[in-house]
Amino acid sequence: VKRTLLTRFLTLAVAYFFSAAIAPAQTPSTNYAITHAKIFTLTGPPIDDGILVIRDGKIAAVGTNVDIPSGAQVIDGKGLQVYPGLFDPVTQMGLSEISAVSATVDTSETGAFNPDAVAADAILPSSEHIPVTRAVGITEVLAVPASGGFDSRGSANILGGQASAIHLAGWTINDMLIKKSVAMVLDWPKIETQSFDFATFSRKNKPFAEAKQEYEKQVNELSDWLDNARHYAQAWGHGGPAEYQRDLKLEALVPVVRGELPVLVFAERARDIRNAVEFCDKQRLKMILAGGAEAYKVKELLRSKSIPVVLQPTLTEPLNEDDPYDRSLTQPAELADARVKIAFGSFDNSFARRLGQQAANAVAYGLPYDEALKAVTLYPAQIFGLADQIGTLETGKIANVIVTNGDPLEFTTDVRYLFIKGQLTPTDNKHKSLYDKYLNRPAAK
Amino acid sequence: MKISINASRLLAVCIATLLAALAPPQTRPANAPAVASEPAPIILIQNATILTVSHGNIEHGSILIKDGKIAEVGSSIKAPKDAQVIDAAGQFVMPGIIDCHSHIAIDGSVNEGSIAVSSIANIADVLNPDDIDIYRDLAGGVTVANVLHGSANPIGGQTVVIKLRWGQPASKLPFEGALPGIKFALGENPKHSNFGGRGTEARYPATRMGVEETIRGAFAEARDYKATWDVYNQRTAAGEKNLIPPRRDLRLDPLVEVMEGKRYVHAHCYREDEILMLLRVAKEFGFKVRTLQHVLEGYKVADELAAAGVGASTFSDWWAYKVEAFNAVPYNAAIMTRRGVIVSVNSDDAEEATHLNQEAAKSIKFGGLSHDEALKLVTLNPAIQLGIDKRVGSIDTGKDADLVIYNHDPLSAYAVVQQTLIDGRVYFDRQRDLAARPNLEKEKKALLEKEKKAAAAEKKPEGNAAKPGEKKPDEKPKPPSAAVSGGVL
Repeated sequence: VKRTLLTRFLTLAVAYFFSAAIAPAQTPSTNYAITHAKIFTLTGPPIDDGILVIRDGKIAAVGTNVDIPSGAQVIDGKGLQVYPGLFDPVTQMGLSEISAVSATVDTSETGAFNPDAVAADAILPSSEHIPVTRAVGITEVLAVPASGGFDSRGSANILGGQASAIHLAGWTINDMLIKKSVAMVLDWPKIETQSFDFATFSRKNKPFAEAKQEYEKQVNELSDWLDNARHYAQAWGHGGPAEYQRDLKLEALVPVVRGELPVLVFAERARDIRNAVEFCDKQRLKMILAGGAEAYKVKELLRSKSIPVVLQPTLTEPLNEDDPYDRSLTQPAELADARVKIAFGSFDNSFARRLGQQAANAVAYGLPYDEALKAVTLYPAQIFGLADQIGTLETGKIANVIVTNGDPLEFTTDVRYLFIKGQLTPTDNKHKSLYDKYLNRPAAK
Repeated sequence: MKISINASRLLAVCIATLLAALAPPQTRPANAPAVASEPAPIILIQNATILTVSHGNIEHGSILIKDGKIAEVGSSIKAPKDAQVIDAAGQFVMPGIIDCHSHIAIDGSVNEGSIAVSSIANIADVLNPDDIDIYRDLAGGVTVANVLHGSANPIGGQTVVIKLRWGQPASKLPFEGALPGIKFALGENPKHSNFGGRGTEARYPATRMGVEETIRGAFAEARDYKATWDVYNQRTAAGEKNLIPPRRDLRLDPLVEVMEGKRYVHAHCYREDEILMLLRVAKEFGFKVRTLQHVLEGYKVADELAAAGVGASTFSDWWAYKVEAFNAVPYNAAIMTRRGVIVSVNSDDAEEATHLNQEAAKSIKFGGLSHDEALKLVTLNPAIQLGIDKRVGSIDTGKDADLVIYNHDPLSAYAVVQQTLIDGRVYFDRQRDLAARPNLEKEKKALLEKEKKAAAAEKKPEGNAAKPGEKKPDEKPKPPSAAVSGGVL
């Protein structure tokens, strides 16, 4: 009875929260020309007093000597700057609303191997996080299963599912989708001699030998899954799956073992990263590292294998008590210097709007500014194979564009215009409407 | 297992202490002033942009520091002889950051969560001067922290204001003369909505009604208790002899201090209704709430907060990590400021504290605060809230020389702390920290080698029983955990 009442309460509570009226996601499609603006194409030096033309959702032209098509809505960009929209490559966007309320969280499945779970199948287009996040100029994200959220506590996911690339606007998932499957999430097993048991809310210790045995068992299981997927793919190739019992999980792994779908490997410690790299190398998987608190310790390995890193937030305490106090802040510069490709990620929904802050803080500790800007636009697009569609301001790319009054990584900068798929998209959101409402509350008696 | 930042921050306080890592030998940044017991040096900071917070900015300004205090602030001060000169050309000086909600420097758990009223517990009793977070926050420009008990109870433990005097013993951390406080907590945490492991016994209260009842009940008791003491004291003062004093109650003593204005209430809260509930209870029992902590829906009842003269200490942009945080807005600090509330932005988290200057800057974008108003959120306003604004919070003659030097405007995302001074002493110096790193690495290497040898020696004497007086094997230091030392596989 208790559980039913609780469920009912949560349903009501959530329904109440979601009923808050927000502006329509997008205005009808039209053509635009942004004129007299400083345009940061990220393919070369910025263009002063430039023009950017948007037509049918795409960037139609960019430069100084550009014809403005008749009928295009002209936006005077004098004193303003134009950039590609920012790209946050690790979020739980649309999968998690209130992280402490499991009824609103769909990030992690039960069990350890869920390669067939796909983020796009559970993304809520009307999530309040979406307009809040795009208000700071983030136009696209990856929704990544098993990458966080309160319900992933105690989650045993090894293969967590497939990440989806989405635009941060759209009435339905069809409008939002950039690519349904861009990476397979692999939470690399760790040799954990210490763990926190949520059931008893206490610390648990186990001997190293035992922890190592568990680790090896998990890695062997993972190998088996991949072997099975290879056999499955082979049988499939010889006359189709009819001869083989259809298995959706193995089917989902086929592009992984063929090296077509990258694995997004979550690992923190140098040893875990080394083990993961060795494993992916042997299995011929295309690896992208996520997190990588100690990636700096294996930067040569990462560079030699051309493994890119989606970095844990720079706003994270150093892993070890005796690490330099600025360890998380200097790592991006150190990796870039070693020619490891990096992207910044928020690994969160609520803090997605700190993406620019993270990149800027890395600049403060040595990362060249241009690299920081690319690490929140072009590089994540390249890392996830989407650079032919987004990431720079080039003719033919999807018009995910922001027009700002300054540096998009700085706190005080405002996003004046935001285009997603070439449509002028409102930056209103739940926070802004609550602000307007309570700013205008009559004086209390 | 991965936990999102929000969730992990929510849990950090509970887990961090329980999960204290079985770590290899640790080296420590030796960055504290060499001899802190010696008189503070005379220091002249010159050529800096000085953000006084109280009376505008001074370009190419100087600050003279004597006896740990700000002796002079102005555009041109001649260096007295024997003065150490810090040339801060192109740099910015602001008052030391005051974090009005911190859990650093606490030895063990921050929550005595087994009872609903844990006013017997005192954070001041468990200060840990070796907590590395003191140094990290110092490196982020924090000089003063309001170190609070956790939020597991409607009435929680006693709290203490400290200065981040890294390298000094625990007895030297408390801010001399700052009033002690007590933590209250409303809403989801004291009613255990998101915590309290499955299988653990339920503890009263479980509703916001029960939270209110718990606080009222405790103060009803405290009022009666105070009355018996008042009668006793009056009659003793009138000359009566041989009276038996009332029985001391350590749980109620701090509440009596609250009613007498000798102890500040710092109340964790989220929702508009529970905020007003606490103000009603405070009015009924004649005490003041000094600060509302988090107070994420404070913007909805800002006039009521201003009328009650209560301070609000909030987050910059946290939201949606639980139901009571779902209507949080980054405009909270700005709206409350506009309605006349003294507002501070706090960390509640050792990492967040390292960039409170940046968190304050967000109120310029979200709500249009001025540069000075934003700076006040982490300096003068928390000083006022903690009753220490005569001593710290702005750059004024006579105040403690608690200062931070940045290489850029501290409200920019590109600013890096260069030096942090407390009581006129340099407690953090970025150049000194960078210079010390090679030696620390060497020291760590040597320690690990030593430990490896010890571990190898431990394995060797198979069958050789330890002689009396020698260490038995099980008393020897454990080898470093493979999980943290790396390189085993």
